[in-house]
Amino acid sequence: MSNRVLQLEIMRYDPEQDAEPAYRTYSVPCQEDWAILDALNYIKENLDTTLSYRWSCHMMVCGSCGMMVNGEPSLTCKVFVRDLPDRVRIEPLANFPIERDLVVVLDDVMEKMQRAQLHIIRSGEAKDPSSEHEQSPAALKKFKQYTMCINCMACYAACPQYALDPEFIGPAVLALAHRYNLDSRDQGRAQRLNLLADHDGAWNCSFVGACSEVCPKQVDPAAAIQQMKIEASVEWLKQNLLPGMPS
Amino acid sequence: MSRRPYIRPVSRTAWYMTHVRYKSYMLRELTCVLVAVYCVLILSGLAALASGTQTRWDEFLASQQHLAWILFHGFALVFFTVYQSIAWFGLAPKAMPLQMGDRTVPGGLIVAAHYMLWLVLSAALFWIAGVI
Amino acid sequence: MEHVKTDIVIVGAGGAGLRAAIAIAQANPEIDVSLISKVYPMRSHTCAAEGGAAGVKRADDSLEMHFNDTVSGGDWLCDQDVVDYFVQQAPLELIQLEHWGCPWSRDEDGSVAVRPFGGMKKKRTWYAADKSGFHILHTLFQTSMQFPSIKRYDEFFCLDLVHENGRCTGVVALEMRSGKFFHFEAAAVILATGGAGRIFPFTTNGAIKTGDGMAMAYRAGVALKDMEFVQYHPTGLPGTGILLTEGCRGEGGVLVNRHGYRYLQDYGMGPETPIGEPVLKTMELGPRDRLSQAFWHEQKKGNTVETQWGDCILMDMRHLGEKRINERLPLVRELATSYVGVDPVKDPVPVRPVVHYMMGGIDTNIDGETSMAGLYAIGETACGSLNGANRLGSNSLTELLVFGKRAAQRAIEYIAADADSQGGAGSRSQAETAVKKVRELLQRQTGDESLAGLRREMMNSLEEGAGIYREAAGLEKTCRTLAELKGRFSNIVVHDKSNVFNTDLQQALELQNMLDISETVSASALAREESRGAHQRLDFPGRDDENCLRHSLCWRQEGEQPSMAWLDVNITRSHPGVRDYSGETQA
Repeated sequence: MSNRVLQLEIMRYDPEQDAEPAYRTYSVPCQEDWAILDALNYIKENLDTTLSYRWSCHMMVCGSCGMMVNGEPSLTCKVFVRDLPDRVRIEPLANFPIERDLVVVLDDVMEKMQRAQLHIIRSGEAKDPSSEHEQSPAALKKFKQYTMCINCMACYAACPQYALDPEFIGPAVLALAHRYNLDSRDQGRAQRLNLLADHDGAWNCSFVGACSEVCPKQVDPAAAIQQMKIEASVEWLKQNLLPGMPS
Repeated sequence: MSRRPYIRPVSRTAWYMTHVRYKSYMLRELTCVLVAVYCVLILSGLAALASGTQTRWDEFLASQQHLAWILFHGFALVFFTVYQSIAWFGLAPKAMPLQMGDRTVPGGLIVAAHYMLWLVLSAALFWIAGVI
Repeated sequence: MEHVKTDIVIVGAGGAGLRAAIAIAQANPEIDVSLISKVYPMRSHTCAAEGGAAGVKRADDSLEMHFNDTVSGGDWLCDQDVVDYFVQQAPLELIQLEHWGCPWSRDEDGSVAVRPFGGMKKKRTWYAADKSGFHILHTLFQTSMQFPSIKRYDEFFCLDLVHENGRCTGVVALEMRSGKFFHFEAAAVILATGGAGRIFPFTTNGAIKTGDGMAMAYRAGVALKDMEFVQYHPTGLPGTGILLTEGCRGEGGVLVNRHGYRYLQDYGMGPETPIGEPVLKTMELGPRDRLSQAFWHEQKKGNTVETQWGDCILMDMRHLGEKRINERLPLVRELATSYVGVDPVKDPVPVRPVVHYMMGGIDTNIDGETSMAGLYAIGETACGSLNGANRLGSNSLTELLVFGKRAAQRAIEYIAADADSQGGAGSRSQAETAVKKVRELLQRQTGDESLAGLRREMMNSLEEGAGIYREAAGLEKTCRTLAELKGRFSNIVVHDKSNVFNTDLQQALELQNMLDISETVSASALAREESRGAHQRLDFPGRDDENCLRHSLCWRQEGEQPSMAWLDVNITRSHPGVRDYSGETQA
């Protein structure tokens, strides 16, 4: 297998030593089938054990390894060395405070996930524990795409609205809320919309669409948010012009 | 024990310069300027009509034949009518996905339907205006 | 050091830990649950499981059949009371997940669909496309967020258990972001930290699977059970070890050697079934241990395919067609295309056995109780034993749910009965000692050992001596090497001295845990002089029910090989028979 030497320019930051982040360049001999994450692991094992970053599954499903690769929010286990030029710049995910090196502080989004009522809400009597809800393949297909979010936060790194206004609830959380709104087993759509279709929520989105472009799982959060705007408008009409209509 | 999370500054005026996708977003949004101009234009045309006098109306029509306005209308046709419509029509399937049974209606069909409607409405307008 | 007083600590927020937390929160919202995890919950390795979760569903299936498949699949080393309870609760837990919103794949009539899986006589594996573990984990995580009694401590690395007078009184943990140490004082502790596949060089397991909970219990004097039983999943991608689910074969994928021959029929799993029409429990739907062992033999015979990543066999799914692959196995298609450059729609995919799961773990009973009062273990960390000598695919996702709930219920009963179970001065000084050791490791300035180097030597030694097939000389060598590596660990320097998110220190602590676990694998493998399930001895090729129908137990001994003992298997009604996966006798 042929080796190609890449120059990795990595943003480093140790708050106990550095006033601010700075770049450090490493020469890495890369195998042709490597993902850029493999190059990071090579650096940590052989060149500089102080490099800190998150990773785990290396198969695009845990969402840990989100970083900026040449300015693009990416999953580093999904970006392959064969698709990269010889110089690669690696930075922590944009729009998040930097904790240390390539590790960002995710508290804000985690807190928003907690608030957003991302779970099945049922009204009325509890379902019999020995039988499942019926859900046709068509009904499953309606929301399936929005279940694929791995919470990698690349969408937040791409979203200029989140960059300029950190109060924005943001793409992933809104897409997940939409997932529950579309799930035929859920009955909490009205209360979730009341919570999320407000000035910090769906209406704070101006449909830049960058989130959907960078999403490694093709969740398409931009679509989810626009659909949520329409749903919220219809819901508002129902509540205010036709009170008494079931939601 | 010294955490000191570092917040990278984001330029409020030049954030869109960092990537071509943000620049084309700004371009799309800039078409709102053209919308504003057309609002003013139509209002002044209405005002001319409402004044009741033929001269006011003739003056208005004559003004629109100025080279400057012709260039502007040409520019607006390309940038606003064509570019913005293509951009927004293209995004339509995202905002209104259609599912029949367990098959999704291809986005292309939804986009095509928008163009058809545009064509039909334009044709109707031209017919009313006596152009066709 | 910070002190947190809480009722129940759960270490690990994967499927088992989350299920336990939810069970406690639902049963009694007054109980304070501290859910501690070294990663955010959605990063837990449960997310990587693909194929599905087993539970009897169809009318032509029965609990008895699931019981028999599991017990025979485990080569009769399963504790049958545990299996009985498991098969009974399985469908209920899977339905509970459905109520919580899990997007199970469906049949046309709207009911949950089930797919065939290895070693199972009937179709009973509930699945969510080929991302079942991912969907189960996210369903549990999102459901858990509605309970205020569950307090999460994300990215806290647990260092050691704290115990006093034979009862567990809490844990000590390191807050990764700040470097602060926390002493959690609890009435009960539930360990749910997963397995330790990262001790081997080729594994489906993610970086975090370093056996931390197993090691903590081991260091605290609790026995580890059946550690010699390490499952090799037959179809991992070469190079990265990334998992390609058993569901591929459930949908009809076949395995061929370099001659294009479906070699499994030569190893007692024939006759050859028609392509695309798999027959349950035979050929490609045989149990994982047999399939991985077949690879080893084919490799010896020179029948494997040489690739840039080493020897492989080929998994052919072309006959499934693009539509079916996109619908049922979309992740598999993406993984094969991205990581080995092969599109399964167009070409057969090179695969090989890779370490996937540890049947062994912390010795527990059916309630998840360990020998230490107030200490419980669930999920892959524990060994009940549900899975015996070899786990059937899709049993472990269900296992997380069933025993996550049961251990939680037991822990609730325990703390209610024992109000005065908080630790005292003894606990505090233990906590101080644990912290002191870590500080010493961090501050050490001199040493010439490389962390990555030691880790690699450990992995290679295990692969060489304790792989799919083992024998005494190789195992003895591995035992000696591991002991030597443990000694050399004291010459490691943690170069990163920062308090803020120090992953150098974290990896050193994880290596320490892995070295502890590794010695139990090789020692137990050496002690078990028979071949059973996933443990195969070239020098003891047969199964020896007379002398060896029992679990191995090992306890840590400072500076020496672990001390070993044996524990009888709980056999209620199924007595060891022949594991027959040939098509001829499948009625």
